[in-house]
Amino acid sequence: MLSRRNKAGSEIPTASLPDIVFMLLIFFLVTTTIDIDKGIMMVLPDRGGEMRVNPENICNILVNAAGQVLIDDSPTEIHQIREKISSKLRERGLDTEGKPRLIVSIKTERSTSYNDYIQVLDEVKRSGATKISIAEPEK
Amino acid sequence: MKFEKKTKAKAEIPTASLPDIIFMLLIFFMVVTVFKEYRGLPVLAPTARTTAKLETKRNVAYLWVDRLGRIAIDDKIVPLEDVAPVLSEKFTQNRRLIVSLKIDQEVSMGLVTDVQEKLRDAYTLRVNYATRFK
Repeated sequence: MLSRRNKAGSEIPTASLPDIVFMLLIFFLVTTTIDIDKGIMMVLPDRGGEMRVNPENICNILVNAAGQVLIDDSPTEIHQIREKISSKLRERGLDTEGKPRLIVSIKTERSTSYNDYIQVLDEVKRSGATKISIAEPEK
Repeated sequence: MKFEKKTKAKAEIPTASLPDIIFMLLIFFMVVTVFKEYRGLPVLAPTARTTAKLETKRNVAYLWVDRLGRIAIDDKIVPLEDVAPVLSEKFTQNRRLIVSLKIDQEVSMGLVTDVQEKLRDAYTLRVNYATRFK
């Protein structure tokens, strides 16, 4: 009889352990936010690192304040950018490192909206261009 | 007598391993949880398709520009001329810093370029234009 009593007293009651852990679990479930930051990655040019490039490899894109796009002096709709740039990419071919030779230069006006710029940048990225340069806006 | 005992034992579901399972879930959520550090400015980001994920939040500094042209870095409103010193201090602490630009779609490119010039001054060249999925 006595030895039985001792046994019972030496145990920690673990019956409520799942409840406690459930509570913690629910807390973390509620507080977890799985919102991953997404966006377009770009690397800004280094200061003073000017490079000489063959002007034939440059494709100029101009975006004006009204959101109209000009690719190498021909007006273009936003949804046509992808085709035009990818055909230009094929035209210029690959360089010795296996990267496309074409450099796409995006130039905006100071009053162009950021949305228009991102739309153009998005289309250029979709075309597969890897060398994208951001030209300083015209004053 | 023997029969009765047997049926009793079978009727119960073994719950001995339940805490272990819940602990495993708990540990998973504890590890995954990252508490939101900053609230920032109200910004409606432009939509885009070619998005890349920011893999870790530990190397990221957030820069907001709202439609009124206010600039905030990690929850502090900063004037344009202070952007470079604030970011270069962050860059010295973490060389792998990526600046996530949360810019409203109505902001003009003039201001965006000014901010980018400050980023170049601070040598934080890796940026991410935050976008919404189209």
